[in-house]
Parts: sequence; C-alpha cells; structure tokens
Amino acid sequence: MDWLNAIVQGTLLGGLYALFAAGLSIIFGVMRLVNIAHGDLIVLAAYLGLTITMLLGIHPLVALLVLVPVMALIGYGLQRLILNRTLGEDILPPLLVTFGLSVIIQNALLEVYTADPQKLQAGALEIASLNIGGLAIGYLPLLMFVTAVIVIAGLQFIFYRTALGRAFRAVSDNQDIAQLMGLNRRHIFAVAMALSLAVVAIAAIFLGTRTSFDPAVGGGRLIFGFEAVIIGGLGNLWGTLAGGIILGVAQAIGAQLHPGWQILAGHIVFLAILAVRPRGLFPRMDG
Amino acid sequence: MTGPASHQIERSTLATRLGLLAGAAVLLALALAPAYLGRADLRLLGEIFLYLSLASLWNLLAGYAGLVSVGQQAFVGIGGYLLFALTIFGGVHPLIALLIIFVAGGLVSMPIAALIFRLRGAYFAIGTWVVAEVCRLGFAQLGALGGGSGISLPVKVVKSIASSRAGREAASYWLALGVAVLVIAIAWLFLRSRRGLALTAIRDNELAAASLGIDIWRTKFVVYSMVGALTTLVGALIFLQKLRISPDAAFSVNDWTAFVIFIVVIGGIGTLEGPIIGTIVFFLLRETLADLGTIYLIVLGIVATIVMLFAPKGLWGAIKHFTGFQLFPLGYRVRLAKGGKQDSASMKRDAEG
Amino acid sequence: MADPVLQIRSLDAFYGDFQALFSLDLEVASDGVIAIIGANGAGKSTLMRSISGMLQNRPDSILYQGEPIGGLRADQVAGKGIALVPEGRQLFPSLSVEENLIIGGRMRRPGPWSLAAIYDLFPILQERRHQASTSLSGGQQQMVAIGRALMANPSLLMFDEISLGLAPVIIRQIYEVLPKIIATGMSAIIVEQDISKALEVSSHVYCLQEGRVSLSGQSDTITREQISEAYFGARSDHGLA
Repeated sequence: MDWLNAIVQGTLLGGLYALFAAGLSIIFGVMRLVNIAHGDLIVLAAYLGLTITMLLGIHPLVALLVLVPVMALIGYGLQRLILNRTLGEDILPPLLVTFGLSVIIQNALLEVYTADPQKLQAGALEIASLNIGGLAIGYLPLLMFVTAVIVIAGLQFIFYRTALGRAFRAVSDNQDIAQLMGLNRRHIFAVAMALSLAVVAIAAIFLGTRTSFDPAVGGGRLIFGFEAVIIGGLGNLWGTLAGGIILGVAQAIGAQLHPGWQILAGHIVFLAILAVRPRGLFPRMDG
Repeated sequence: MTGPASHQIERSTLATRLGLLAGAAVLLALALAPAYLGRADLRLLGEIFLYLSLASLWNLLAGYAGLVSVGQQAFVGIGGYLLFALTIFGGVHPLIALLIIFVAGGLVSMPIAALIFRLRGAYFAIGTWVVAEVCRLGFAQLGALGGGSGISLPVKVVKSIASSRAGREAASYWLALGVAVLVIAIAWLFLRSRRGLALTAIRDNELAAASLGIDIWRTKFVVYSMVGALTTLVGALIFLQKLRISPDAAFSVNDWTAFVIFIVVIGGIGTLEGPIIGTIVFFLLRETLADLGTIYLIVLGIVATIVMLFAPKGLWGAIKHFTGFQLFPLGYRVRLAKGGKQDSASMKRDAEG
Repeated sequence: MADPVLQIRSLDAFYGDFQALFSLDLEVASDGVIAIIGANGAGKSTLMRSISGMLQNRPDSILYQGEPIGGLRADQVAGKGIALVPEGRQLFPSLSVEENLIIGGRMRRPGPWSLAAIYDLFPILQERRHQASTSLSGGQQQMVAIGRALMANPSLLMFDEISLGLAPVIIRQIYEVLPKIIATGMSAIIVEQDISKALEVSSHVYCLQEGRVSLSGQSDTITREQISEAYFGARSDHGLA
C-alpha cells in the first residue's frame, strides 16, 4: 500500500514538474533557447504571488488572475529588451546571459524578501483529501495534476490549431522565410516567452502552496523541469508530461526507500534514461 | 612549410617577448612573496591563484571546446572530498594525495563525459549541473565524511604538511601559485599543439572541421577529461586551504561556477589572457564591494550580462582590438621582409603538410 | 508610362565587409515584368535579399511606390505588398500544405487571391492540402511556394530561380501559368538562369555581373551576342586593375 501510495503521489507531483518543464519546452521549440534563469523566474513568480495574496488578501489561486498577465508581460519585455539580442548561431550568449539573469534574480529576491522560507496559504484546500480505496489523495495535488494536463492540452491546441501556433512553427522552421510572411520574429519570440512565463506563473502558485520556498530553490526547479523535458523527448509536450510523471514517481519511490534519496533517485533515473535513450522516450525534434 | 623569401612566419612579436619577460619577473616576485607578505595577503593571493586556475580551465572548456559547463563544482567537490578521504582514512600524505587526486579526477571525468556528451549546447550545460547535484546529494549521504554537515581536516594531517603555521601557509600559497602556472602553461601548450589547433578549428566551424577529418567527439573528450583532472586538483587545493568541507560548500554552483563564469566573461572568453584580467577585476570588485553582500552579486551579474551583450569579447578583447597585443601568442603572423607592413590578422593555420 | 513601382538607385549591398552589389540601378514599371539574369555569384540573390528586406541597406537606395524601403526589415517590406518566391522553395516543413498557404496570406491584403483561387489554379494542392509540405514532389512544392506568395496579394511578386532543380516538363507548366498570374494585376521580377525563358516572359531584362548591371534593355530587341558578352564580361571593363 505504501508503494502504491508513493506511485500515486509521485504521479501527481509529476504534474508540477511537467508545469516547470512546459515553459522550457515552449521556448526551446520556438527559438532553441534554453533559459537557465527559468527556475529563478518560477521562484520570482512565487514571491510575486505571495505579495499579491498579501496585498489584496486573496486566495493564491485567485491571485493567478493577476500573476499570469504580470509574468507574461515580464516575459515579453525580457525577450524584447534582453534575450533577443543574444540569439544567433553562437550558443554562448543566451546561455551566459540567462545564467547572469539567474544570479541577479536570486540575489535580488534575497535582498527584497530575505532568505526566510515563505509559503502561500491555500486554506482548507491544503489538507482536504479524497479517499479512494484507502488511498488519501489530496485535492491540491489532484488539482495540480489536472491543471498540468489542461495546460499541456491548451499548449498543444495553441501550437497545432491556431494562427499563433502556425507562426511559432514557421519561425521555428525558418526564421528568414517566416519574416517574408510578415512575421516579426522578435515579436513572435517575445510572445513565446510571454506564454512560457504565463505557465511559470501557474507552476509557481502550485509550488508555493505545496511547499515552502526561498530564493535559493530556483536551480533545483530548473533541473527538475529540464529532466522532465529530456526524459520525455525534445519538442513533445505530452512527452514532457510523461517525463514529469516518471521523475515524480522516481522521487517518490526514492523517498520511500530512504528519506535522503528522494532527489537523488530522480537524478539517477534521468541519467539512466540518458544513457539508454539519449533522445528521450518520445522525441520529436533534434537538439 | 617554409614561406617564400619575401616574408617570414613567426608566432611572437617584440611586445610579446617583452611581455613574457615582465611576466617572468612578476612570477619570481610572487614566488618570493611568503618572505615579505603578511598572512592575510598571502591567503588572498592564494585564493586568487586558485580562482585564476578555475577560470582558465572553464575557459578552455567553454571558450575553446564549446563545452559550456555549469557543473564544474562537481570536480571541485570531488577533489576536496578525495583529499579528506585519502588523508583521513588512507593515511596518505597530503602532497602524495594531490597526485592521486589529479589522476582520479581524470578517470572520473571520462564516464561523465561519455554520458553527458549526449546532450547538446545548453542542455549539455544543465546536464553537467545534474551530475554536480548527484555528487552533492551523494556525498551528503556518506556519514563517514560528515554527511550533510561536513568534516574538518584533523590536526595530525594538517601538521604533516609543515610543522609551523607559517610553513603551512607558505606551502599552501606555493601550491596555489604552482597550480595556476601549471594550468596556464598546459592550456597554452595544448592550444599550440595539433589537438589544440583542431579544437580551434572545431570552435570556428564544426562542420568544416569534421570534413577535414578531425574527430570532434574525441577532441572534446580529451579536453573535458584534462580539464576535469586539473579542476579536481584545484578543488583539493581549495579545501586544503579551507581545512573544512561540507557538501554545500564543496558543490556550490555560485562559488565554483557562477563566479568563474563571470570572471571569464568579463575578462574575455576564448582568450588565454581573459581569465587573468577577469580574475584581477573580480577580486578588485570583491575587495571593494564585499560589504554590500547580495548587492555585490547583483552588480557582478549585471556587469557580466552587459559585457556579454555589448562586448562579448570582454575586456581583453577590447585591449587586443585596440593594441593588437597578445601575451600568449597562439596564431602565426606573416611578416613581410622588405620593410612591408605587418599583416595584422594572425593566421590560425595548421602548419602541417 | 505610369510611375515605376520599384526604383533602385545606386544600391551598394554588403555582407559584413564583403561588397556584393555596386551602385546598382534598376526600375520596374507598374504592371511590368523584368527578368534578371547573370552567372552564379553575379549578385542576383543579393538583389532579391535586398529588395525583400532580408538584407538591409541605405533606406533611399530602394524606393517602392515612391517610398524608401531599403532600410526596412523583411516583415515590414512584406506588409507593403512585396512577396518573394524564394530560391529552393523553402516551404515550412512542420506546416501542412494548406497551413503554408494560409500563413502566406496572414497580412490579409485585399486582392484576387484566396485559398480557393490558389486551389483553382493548382487543383493538385487541394487534394494534398493536409499533407506535410515535405511529402510533395519538387514541382508541387514549387506550386505551394508560388501559392504562398500569391496569398499575400502582392503588388510586386519576385521569383528567385523558379526553374532550378525542376524537371523540364514542370518548368514548362509553371511558365504557362506565370503570365496568367501576373496578368491578375501585379508587377514581377523574375530571376532566371534559363535565358530564353527569361526573355519570353519579360518586357525588360537586366544582366548582372560581379555585382553590377552589365546590360539592360528591351527583352525583344536584345541580341544573344549582347547577352553572352554581358554574362561573361569584357576583360577590359572588369578585369583585374
């Protein structure tokens, strides 16, 4: 029963990792950008969520109504003002600039919010659970998982069924020719980053209600998201969800074996999959 | 290959030779430093040399081999922990331990390379980070080495280096200076070798290099293991100076990778001189702004980001651009014999054939 | 004759330090069709890239309907009504045939061309509309590329090497529909290696050599001898100084 419970809880946790990963997946798919500051942006969003809930006295989930557009705006500005300048043949500039951003954000958060752990208060939702055959399934983890499925389905719809998705794919295929269609790639890239950070906002609220967070946890969230992307296979959103679940289950089983092995077990499963299937389980595009 | 009589091909210029002469003088002065510098200054200089070594090594990876790693703290930490394990449990003399650690670092880096070379570009970078995290979490599980809270180097081991405190600090200083000189010399000689030229060719154009028959994977593999071995050695020296180790200190991404990246970027990535300039700037900033705490890190991050965006060749790139001066010449210059003007472009041409 | 739709005035174009076009002058009359010929490396593609905005130049070196466009980006130029059928077709592989066409029309400029009109012109594309564009034959891909450019309802349509790499029978078909397309009310620039095809569809021809115009004239009066001289150049004019 303990094992079944670990697998179920791990699967639900995988939803959160898929949310971390989806934002990375979007920008990699559209502009081959890997954002090292992604985890720190998640933490930034969690702190902004905290400020919003405190200032307005609203529930964290309601705060999403404000946080999602704010993060999308930050994403658009970040891409237009800074990251677009780094894109080109050379992979160093985007990597180093986003790495610099990561350190800047982390220390700015320390300066403003201090190193004290914080948590978003979700009230009764945090402890309420559903009892299925002896397994207690929390409403919050369940909501987290369902949200991840909806977000991934939504992104899938945007990418393959809308004009914006066509523009994303066209720019991803061939930037020069896409410009000839009247697509301004700088704008399209910025919209992709806005979308990425909108997903980050959702991930951040769940991160903050599930556990406490402090300015230093960004790196770890980036790594979990990254592992989910690689396990699932580049360019495949549903694969990313599968990757998140595999990672979540691996961590839950690791924790079941020994409390100190939770994170380690996730990393080891990731490295093992990398060794056996270097392109991930369900690849759709080349790195 | 000999050129026609109308010109000669050479590597160094007069300025370079004078520069090297001045460098030798500075090196001699530094070697004698324990005779005239106080304890605090000596410690600071030692730390500077270790950072210079880390920066030069990371530069070799990222600036020359295109392997952007954000996980070099893995090797620093392994080096530190091996030093503690070998001296405490193996009873090995610290100086002998350093040799073993150097070899072990190279051996450890090979399977790691084989695994993470499957990832490209930025994903490679994060992959290196995962490996470092695995090391951090793994060493935290080892109770014998202090687990999560860490362990100190026993007095007995410390005394085996030298009986007096001044003697230990001089030894620690000379080791740091020695490893910095070693790293820079190896980097320079390597880049002048055939494999080094192949590396430059790969950086400039991977596809063309492959068509010339250069084995890209192997060349990168050699660089990665060499840098891994040396970084492990530097890690051992860092914790020989600190005398205490814990997983969070040993595998700190900020201390052993973020700072190092900032040093190289600010100084000038892809040049041997860049890390030297960058290290000087980094410590100048640190000594003047350190009281500001996190603000200092924010300033450092902003400076590095601005340099990357607007002067991607860093400070040394700017100096070289305006003066044409090279301290460590890697390319060849063509000089016209009949008082002709010197070709400013140094030709990075493989001299074989 | 009405005002020219496109005027190029002493255009110099560069790739970094390398100069590819030298003080080039060229004009396209309203509703006119010009052909551009020349050997490989003569600067034809650079000219296409310059006009379409993929390569940016001095603003007033290219005037479109009297307006300087030399400094605009490609997406801005596209918005003004200039479309390009690029060399090598360059369809978007992750878009279906129909999506390739739709994205060509995303500027929503008014005009005769619509999805239905394209399918009318190339019925085979309607059959294949949900397929990946990469699954089509070379000739069908060229139809998609032409359709994609037409969807923008351009005032000036440029064809870069449309017959390159296609079978003769396909080239013949394409040149059969070309005059009909242009007759729906647009000017055209045709870059072509096949000189007889180029002369057949155009009213005016320019020959480029080493980044300069080496010959220009009426397509029906120009002689083969003039062309071959302009193609390969008289050594006294362009030899090493």
